[in-house]
Amino acid sequence: MLDDTESYVTADGRTIGGVVLDLKSITLRFGGVEAIKNISFDIREGEIRAIIGPNGAGKSSMLNVISGFYVPQEGEVWFRGERRPQMKPYQVAQQGIARTFQNIALFEGMSVLDNVMTGRLNKMKTGLWSQALWKGKAEREENENREAVEKIIDFLEIQSIRKTPVGRLPYGLKKRVELARALAAEPTILLLDEPMAGMNVEEKEDMCRFILDVNDEFGTTIALIEHDMGVVMDLSDRVVVMDYGRKIGDGTPDEVRNNQDVIDAYLGVSHD
Amino acid sequence: MTKSSAPSGAPINVPQLLARNVARFPNKAAYREKEFGIWQSWTWAQAAEEIEAIAMGLLALGLNKGDYVALIGRNRPAFYWSMVAIQKCGAVPVPLYQDAVAEEMAYVLEHCGARFVIVGDQEQVDKVLEVQETVHGIDEVIYLDKRGMRKYDHTHMNALDDVAAEGRAGHHRFEAILKEREAELDYDSTCVMLYTSGTTGKPKGVVLSNRNIIETSKNSADFDHLKADDEVLAYLPMAWVGDFIFSIGQAMWTGFCVNCPESAETMMTDMREIGPSYFFAPPRVFETQLTNVMIRMEDAGALKRNMFKRYMDVARRVGPAILDGKPVSIGDRLAYALGNIFVYGPLKNTLGFSRVRVGYTAGEAIGPEIFDFYRSLGINLKQLYGQTEASVFITQQPDGEVRSDTVGVPSPGVEIKIADNGEVFYRSPGVFVEYYKNADSTADTKDAEGWVATGDAGFFEDGSGHLRIIDRAKDVGKMADGSMFAPKFVENKLKFYPNILEAVVFGNNRDRCVAFINIDLTAVGNWAERNNIAYSSYQELSQHPKVLEMIREHVEEANASVAQDPMLGGCQIHRFLVLHKELDADDGELTRTRKVRRRIIEEKFDDLITALYDNKDSIYTETEVTYEDGRKGKIKATLDLRDAKVQPVARAMAAE
Repeated sequence: MLDDTESYVTADGRTIGGVVLDLKSITLRFGGVEAIKNISFDIREGEIRAIIGPNGAGKSSMLNVISGFYVPQEGEVWFRGERRPQMKPYQVAQQGIARTFQNIALFEGMSVLDNVMTGRLNKMKTGLWSQALWKGKAEREENENREAVEKIIDFLEIQSIRKTPVGRLPYGLKKRVELARALAAEPTILLLDEPMAGMNVEEKEDMCRFILDVNDEFGTTIALIEHDMGVVMDLSDRVVVMDYGRKIGDGTPDEVRNNQDVIDAYLGVSHD
Repeated sequence: MTKSSAPSGAPINVPQLLARNVARFPNKAAYREKEFGIWQSWTWAQAAEEIEAIAMGLLALGLNKGDYVALIGRNRPAFYWSMVAIQKCGAVPVPLYQDAVAEEMAYVLEHCGARFVIVGDQEQVDKVLEVQETVHGIDEVIYLDKRGMRKYDHTHMNALDDVAAEGRAGHHRFEAILKEREAELDYDSTCVMLYTSGTTGKPKGVVLSNRNIIETSKNSADFDHLKADDEVLAYLPMAWVGDFIFSIGQAMWTGFCVNCPESAETMMTDMREIGPSYFFAPPRVFETQLTNVMIRMEDAGALKRNMFKRYMDVARRVGPAILDGKPVSIGDRLAYALGNIFVYGPLKNTLGFSRVRVGYTAGEAIGPEIFDFYRSLGINLKQLYGQTEASVFITQQPDGEVRSDTVGVPSPGVEIKIADNGEVFYRSPGVFVEYYKNADSTADTKDAEGWVATGDAGFFEDGSGHLRIIDRAKDVGKMADGSMFAPKFVENKLKFYPNILEAVVFGNNRDRCVAFINIDLTAVGNWAERNNIAYSSYQELSQHPKVLEMIREHVEEANASVAQDPMLGGCQIHRFLVLHKELDADDGELTRTRKVRRRIIEEKFDDLITALYDNKDSIYTETEVTYEDGRKGKIKATLDLRDAKVQPVARAMAAE
């Protein structure tokens, strides 16, 4: 077992660092329903960490705990070696954690470019008045941010829809725009809630490529929820398996694949 | 054939043309590319500096005189610079089709013995690495886009930026060698080698000299009065001879600006922003645009729709005449001017045609309605007929003599003769040097006097002196009753319907003709949406009874039109089917320039052809398909075979 601060190099040559986010004994209740029951796991710097499990297992709730949207009744979230106090989602975002949503949450009437620009909100320092007057610092700031956004648009190959209103885009592209907006915040940790749900094979392959590229190019740590087993097994370094709010498995894709509890609960019974 | 030599003092190779442009227009924009949402531009002086840096960098990597360097990627200034840089080093650039699968690339890379390969991005690097498992001559791979490349083994791999940086650093070291290499380039040294996709057999490497490129560029630029302030959009495959002539030959000769779009998908937006004054597109691009315009007009409000209809009627009636400078009544001129304010002007602006002074279409026949649509808007769209072996130009339509059914008069400097069997032969300064490492084919195509066989059957029209092309000479055959069979003639009539993307007609040595049809997914899909027809896949839509019914109507209309031709009236289609997959270059059914490969389709779908002739009502079939990444799969389908009515053939007129 690796130490919390040790780093290692993966088979494909990426360096995985120490633990950046440590979730300790998290329990989350909605009234009498225990959505998450005493779960602990960690996320290492630069890794792709998948959370899988059947519907209602508590995966999205887990992501919402990380992003500060839900406050767990019990347990602690440790970020970069320090215990994180109770935080609002915007404060979590300022720490460099960005996310996408299971049900796309974009501004439908705004263009792709404007939507991605909203991801830069935390990087803009000028006030309402100077932005409205469009003078000096505000103009410079917008140009800098536009440049950063254009690099992301180039990275995700969505140049052709730059000026298209999001409402007119097909589903797969909306997902990509949402990823672009999350990337615009230059996150160190990226939370992806079912980035490939409802996509066809080609769109999925594209999305996989982009996730790997983001991880590789920017060194972004990625935590993702996904149902497609093929995708999860190919993409991720480590997998957490949840079932009815409990953690039933945790390890490399191979370890998880051979874990009897996981097979029974989620992957079905093996016929070998 | 007597070889003209360049007037003394005139540039005799592309690097000299570049130097001339730097002297003439140092600060004029030479190249533009949209990147990160902004048009970046380079002047002739800056471009020359980049080219020199790349050339020196290539020398530093050990590029020898006479080496072949393959280039694979979309149109980008860096590729155009590299092509000139390669020539400066005394080597030969060989641009390849970027969408070719690894197998096809392997053949070309092996055949030309490329030592260096310059590619666009990671995807292409992966293909080249795959090719290297079987082809061993490749010493260095150079890529443009650094994304995703960090983990690769870089012992024999470099980013082009780094190559250029090394060239700049070693400026003093390489200056003398580069000068020496350049001095050895003459009018007859190879300028570029282009592989023809070929409707039959393996691709052949067409060697074009500086003489071919420069003389052709000079003649064609004079013909259309191209000037240094013209703008072109470089978006057609770089491996295609046309792009080389427009974006390097004519651009270097006249000094006009070459604009590269941001990506293939943004081409339409980029075109609108640039507003090219000289534009070239295969008929398919014009067809797609027209289909999109029509679809959007059908979705528009009643006022807009009526206005569009009303003024397009005016344009169709008088537009072409006004464009050709023929007399038109004052009333019509007034109506046309109003239409220009309300409809044509805004429409041209949306399409990016506002500034087009000279537009060309070639490669395939263009539908008369499509052709007239653009001309009636006041766009000077013309046709040309050309080949890689001719450095493009064989015939062109002069301004004022434009028609949809001819390909024009011989281009300046081109001689044409028609053989007894109807095959077209030509001779010009642009005639290629040879097929690389293929003396037999060279001898078959080009005779000792320099006459080149086009492989196309055609004739000169009495009176106008315009050339008309009937079909590929090889494809023209006889029906069982002895009448002439020219599949393309019928296919073109079918393809002019927006709902039909592609058609293949069979019937050589048979008693009647049958056809395969490919539906156009954009047009038919939109039609389905408006008529509440649900479908889940291309295959399902293609076999929908209402779609088949619609296609049957088109086929019968086409038959009626074919029946008017006394010579080819026997080619009417008796039975047809709608294919369950789009014909695709990846499956070898089309060439990379999207021409139908008849023999291959005939072999591959033999079961379907047999079923059509056996009068079956439906047939089950399995077809192998190749995905973009080279993997293979199978699709299964049961196809409906339909009959179509035929018309009695019109009697031959006395003059025939």
